[in-house]
Amino acid sequence: MSVPRFWRKQIARYNLVGTHCKKCDDYFYPPRNMCPACRREGEIEDYKFSGKGEVVTFTVIHTAAEGFENQTPYVLGIIKLEEGPSLTSQIICDAKDVKIGMKVKPVFRKLGQAGERGMIYYGTKFVPELEVADKC
Amino acid sequence: MRDVAIIGVKNTKFGELWDRSFRDVVVEAGVGAVSDAGVVGEKIDAMFVGNMSGGQFVEQEHIGALIADYSGLAKDIHVPSTRVEAACASGGLALRQGIYSVASGMDDIVIAAGAEKMTDVPSPKASSALAAAADREWEGIMGATFPGLYAMIARMHMHKYGTTSEQLAQVAVKNHQNGQHNPIAQYKSPITVESVLKSIMVADPLHIFDCSPITDGASAVVLAPADVAHEYTDTPIYVKATAQASDTIALHDRRDITTLDASVAAGKRAYEMAKMQPKDINLVEVHDCFTIAEICAIEDLGFAKKGEGGIVTQNGETAIGGRIPVNTSGGLKSCGHPVGATGVKQAVEIVEQLRGEAGKRQVDGAEVGMTHNVGGSGATAVVHIFSRNR
Ligand SMILES: [Zn+2]
Repeated sequence: MSVPRFWRKQIARYNLVGTHCKKCDDYFYPPRNMCPACRREGEIEDYKFSGKGEVVTFTVIHTAAEGFENQTPYVLGIIKLEEGPSLTSQIICDAKDVKIGMKVKPVFRKLGQAGERGMIYYGTKFVPELEVADKC
Repeated sequence: MRDVAIIGVKNTKFGELWDRSFRDVVVEAGVGAVSDAGVVGEKIDAMFVGNMSGGQFVEQEHIGALIADYSGLAKDIHVPSTRVEAACASGGLALRQGIYSVASGMDDIVIAAGAEKMTDVPSPKASSALAAAADREWEGIMGATFPGLYAMIARMHMHKYGTTSEQLAQVAVKNHQNGQHNPIAQYKSPITVESVLKSIMVADPLHIFDCSPITDGASAVVLAPADVAHEYTDTPIYVKATAQASDTIALHDRRDITTLDASVAAGKRAYEMAKMQPKDINLVEVHDCFTIAEICAIEDLGFAKKGEGGIVTQNGETAIGGRIPVNTSGGLKSCGHPVGATGVKQAVEIVEQLRGEAGKRQVDGAEVGMTHNVGGSGATAVVHIFSRNR
């Protein structure tokens, strides 16, 4: 991804900052500038998520996306945050341990790199809540 | 609005067409459909070309003009030609735009085509181009692949409804069974449940034989007002419904991971427009980019109860000769999936079936057929219903 394209949403990616519609009390991550429910009537504010969530569904990717070749097999999941919204992220744990409904928490990790010498992208991945994150 | 009919069809061979260029394959399909319809170039009022990613696959944009030029429709007669893009639903949407233009009365004879040339780039590059149909900034950046997204749908379907890997595999087995009788199919060899389950894992629980391949190919149809269709052909096939719906681009924003709400909405709109129900449909071509996609599709379109798509497949109800034959062409799985062409190819299959020209794939007494074309992981769905009777 191009540097400006990544940079614009850096705060959201680093800190799990999304948005909240004050009118209908819905939370959005990734952030949205317009509430899909009340549309132009809504009032949107920034919101930092607690990061607590659970695994909705997951896969173990063996044939990697471009740039992820040296990470296989990696676990990719949809995580539902406690405030409501869901997001797609990698889950750092042994592939055989991941389960639907598993509680997870966020960690700050390298996501990838633009080419061999390009910018390194950081963002949020998830680990099982009960595990010591350090060993990953 | 005017009634619209299909008066000519043509698919090229689907597969790895190393010796032929993008423009070669589209021209073959276009010229073939026009010859089938028996129309001359001067009669053509407009052209719509479905193409997902010419810019990435062949580094060519401005596809509409390119195809008009190489089809001999640009010089002197200057036929307007428009490229239509909706990821893997580009073909279905080009067909829909063609139907609109005839139905509106603005145009009479219209070509709707779809094409993709995917094997000119190495397969990681092709996968990367395809990933652009999902949310690049919030799915792709996390390492999501297309098989990965559908694998997450499959995992959820298994968890919620007890669908098994064997049932997924049976979709592939059936579609290869059908595809072996289709002269244009990329893969003509039958496969077994065992061979699917033994094939390499791409994104758990999807094996490589659960996935549609990388394919080159093009398809085209010629549309005309229903009132004059008999001047061109003895077997016009009538458009009974065209419907389209959108959903969130990212899978994680869906109401229910196992239901493609865009398919449900497009299906509902199509049934209403045609004044029909699922039981009125004799056969359907659904978007089986992955085996789980066919299972979701038959549920979303009302051919199986929610959660029973796997069982219905296992029972043989979707085989030729079954209650509702699904993907008689071989589907995307065995026929191949040149992304921009697929939606038009589905219509060509239904037309051949309704004309009674499908050979060993023929569904006895086929009167009404449906096509279902999906873009991305379900952000666009396009559904058509066609009939032998006006
Ligand atoms: Zn709102």
